[in-house]
Amino acid sequence: MISGVDNEKRRFLTQAASVVGAVGASLVAVPFVSSMRPSAKAEALGAPVEVDIEKLEPGQRLVVLWRGKPVWVLKRTQDVLGSLVELDGEVLDPRSEQSIQPAHSKNEARSIRPEIFVAVGVCTHLGCSPVFRPEIAPADLGADWKGGFFCPCHGSKFDLAGRVYKGVPAPVNLEIPPYYFASDNQLVVGLEGEHAS
Amino acid sequence: MSQRDRGASFLAWLDERLPVAKFLEDQLLKYYAPKNFNFLYFFGSLALLVLVNQLVTGIVLAMHYKPAAELAFDSVEYIMRDVDWGWLLRYLHSTGASLMFVVIYMHMFRGIFYGSFKKPRELLWLFGMVIFVLLMAEAFMGYLLPWGQMSYWGAQVIISLFGAIPVIGEDLATWIRGDYVIADATLNRFFALHVIAVPLAIMGLVVLHLAALRTVGSNNPDGIEIKKNRDLVGIPKDGIPFHPYYTVKDLYVAGLFLTIFAWIVFYSPDMGGLFLEHPNFDPADPMKTPEHIQPVWYFTPFYSILRAIPSKLGGVVGMGSSILVLFLLPWLDRCPVKSIRYRGPLFKIALTAFIISFLGLGVLGTKPVTETYTLMARGFSVIYFSFFLFMPIFSSVEITKEVPLRLTESVLPLAKREGFQWRLIEEGILALQHSPLIESLKGLMSKLRGNHQGR
Repeated sequence: MISGVDNEKRRFLTQAASVVGAVGASLVAVPFVSSMRPSAKAEALGAPVEVDIEKLEPGQRLVVLWRGKPVWVLKRTQDVLGSLVELDGEVLDPRSEQSIQPAHSKNEARSIRPEIFVAVGVCTHLGCSPVFRPEIAPADLGADWKGGFFCPCHGSKFDLAGRVYKGVPAPVNLEIPPYYFASDNQLVVGLEGEHAS
Repeated sequence: MSQRDRGASFLAWLDERLPVAKFLEDQLLKYYAPKNFNFLYFFGSLALLVLVNQLVTGIVLAMHYKPAAELAFDSVEYIMRDVDWGWLLRYLHSTGASLMFVVIYMHMFRGIFYGSFKKPRELLWLFGMVIFVLLMAEAFMGYLLPWGQMSYWGAQVIISLFGAIPVIGEDLATWIRGDYVIADATLNRFFALHVIAVPLAIMGLVVLHLAALRTVGSNNPDGIEIKKNRDLVGIPKDGIPFHPYYTVKDLYVAGLFLTIFAWIVFYSPDMGGLFLEHPNFDPADPMKTPEHIQPVWYFTPFYSILRAIPSKLGGVVGMGSSILVLFLLPWLDRCPVKSIRYRGPLFKIALTAFIISFLGLGVLGTKPVTETYTLMARGFSVIYFSFFLFMPIFSSVEITKEVPLRLTESVLPLAKREGFQWRLIEEGILALQHSPLIESLKGLMSKLRGNHQGR
C-alpha cells in the first residue's frame, strides 16, 4: 500500500459516484419509456356515439365503432330472454359479479331495457371480436347451443347476455360499455345519462 | 514497384493498423472444424444467408412502405404494382421470413439431435435461443406492417397476451400498443422496432453466437471433442480447415437452397396461404375478426398450446414456458453422451415423441377450434412438456453405448446401424435390387453400353 492513500475513502467515493450515476441513468429512461404511452391525442379520442335503433328488428344486431372497438346493439326476443335463466348453471359468472359493466346493467339480462343488449364486442380472452351465432343448435357448435357469440380465435363461447360459458379460455363476461337512452329510439354509447341509473 | 508489390505493401500497411489478414487466416484457414459434418450442419450458414437477404430486401422495401394506418395497406399494394421489381423484393422478403424459420428449426433440431447444447456449448445455445426469440419478435412485428386483417387481429391477440399478467398486465398492453386498441401508434412503433431495434440486436447476438462458437469449436455427429486429439503441432487430428473445405461445401448448399427459394418466390409466394395468409389481402377492419384466424405457420405449435389450456393466464403461462423451457435444455439433460448415435433407446423414444408432438401442435394450430382438435392439442402439449419435465430422469438412467475416440462417418452406413427397422430397410433395398424391373433395366443398360463400345 502506498502511504498517504486512503483506500477507504476511494472506495466510498467510487460507490457513491456509481449510485448517483445509476439513479441518473434510470431517470433518463423515464422520458423514453413514457413516450411510448398513449399520446394526449389518443386519450382525447373517445367521444360518445349515437345509435338509432328505430329500425332494429328483434333478433337483429348493429355494430358501431366506439373508441376503436366494435360495440354491439342487439334486440333480443322474449324467447331469448326466457332462456337466459336456464343457462345460469352453464355460465361461469351468472350474476356478473366478476365482470365489468355499469351498475344499471348488473342484472339478469345485463341491460337497461331487457330486450336491448349493448356490449363491447371484444372477447375478454385475447381481444378478438366474437361472431354472432343466433341460430339454435348448429352443427359446429353442438345441440346444446341456444344462440350466442362464438370467438373464432380460441373457441370462447358467450350467451346472448354476453355471459361466458364454463370451460372456455375467456375468464369473464363481455364488457358492457356505459350507455343510456336519449329517447325511445336513440341510444348513446360512451356516456351514462344522469337519469339512467 | 510492380503491381503485385504495391498490393502486398498496402496489405502490410493495413495489417499494422488493423490485422485483417491475420483475422481471416485465424478464422478460415487455421480454424479446424470436425471432418464429418453432414447435411444437418448447413443450416447455420443458411440462416446467415437468409438474414442478409432480409436486411437487403428490407432496406429497399422501407424506401417505399408507409408506416401509417391510413396508408400502409395501399403502400404495400403500391410496392406490388407500381414499384419496379417491387413484387419481387416483397416476395423475397416474405418468403425469406418463412424460410428463416425452416432453417432455424432444423438448426435447433440438429443441436438437440447431436447434443450440441451440452457442456461446453451452453452459452452458445443460450445466445442461439435469444436469437430465436428475437426472430419471433421480428417476424411478429413485420407481419403487422401490411395492415391486413390477419396482421391486425394477430397483433391484437398477441399483445392481449400481456394483458393476462396479473396487476400490471392491462397497463403493459396499453403501453405496448401506445393506444387502447391496435392503432396507428402501434403500427408506427412496430415499424421502428422492426427496421432498427430488433435487427440491430439480432446482428449483435449473431456476432456473440459466432464468437462463442469459435471459442468452443463446433460439435459433430459423433459428439466427440476433436480438440482432445491433437497431432504434434497441435492441430486436431480429426479437423479440417474451415476454408476451403466447408466454405465450398456451404456455397454448394447455398446454391441448392437458393434454387428452392427462387422456386417458391416465382411459383408459390403465398405457399397456399401458409407463408402469406389469404385474409391478409383484406385491409384491417377493427369491426370484424376473420372467421378463422391463425398465426403464420412457424408460430402455430406455441399457439396450439395457448389454445389448449382453458384459462387465460394458464394459456399465456403455458405458451411462454413452452419457449422458455428450451433455454434450460443444457441443464435438464444429464446424459454425458452428446450424440444420439451413442445414446440409449429412452432418449430416442422421447425425442421422437417430442418431434411428433411439436409437428402435431403445429398442424393443429392451423385448424379451427373443435372439441376433438382441442383434446388432441392437450395430449400433444402434455407430451411436449413431459419431454423436458422427465428429461433429468431418463437422461440420467439411460444406458448409452461406448463413444469412439475418433470421428466416424458423417452419415452412418446402413450396415453399421442397429435396430430391426434398419434391417427391414436393408432387406427392402436388397429385394428391390433383385426385382425383375431392376434386372431388366440392368440388362438394357449393359446392352446399350455394349453397343456404344462396339461402334
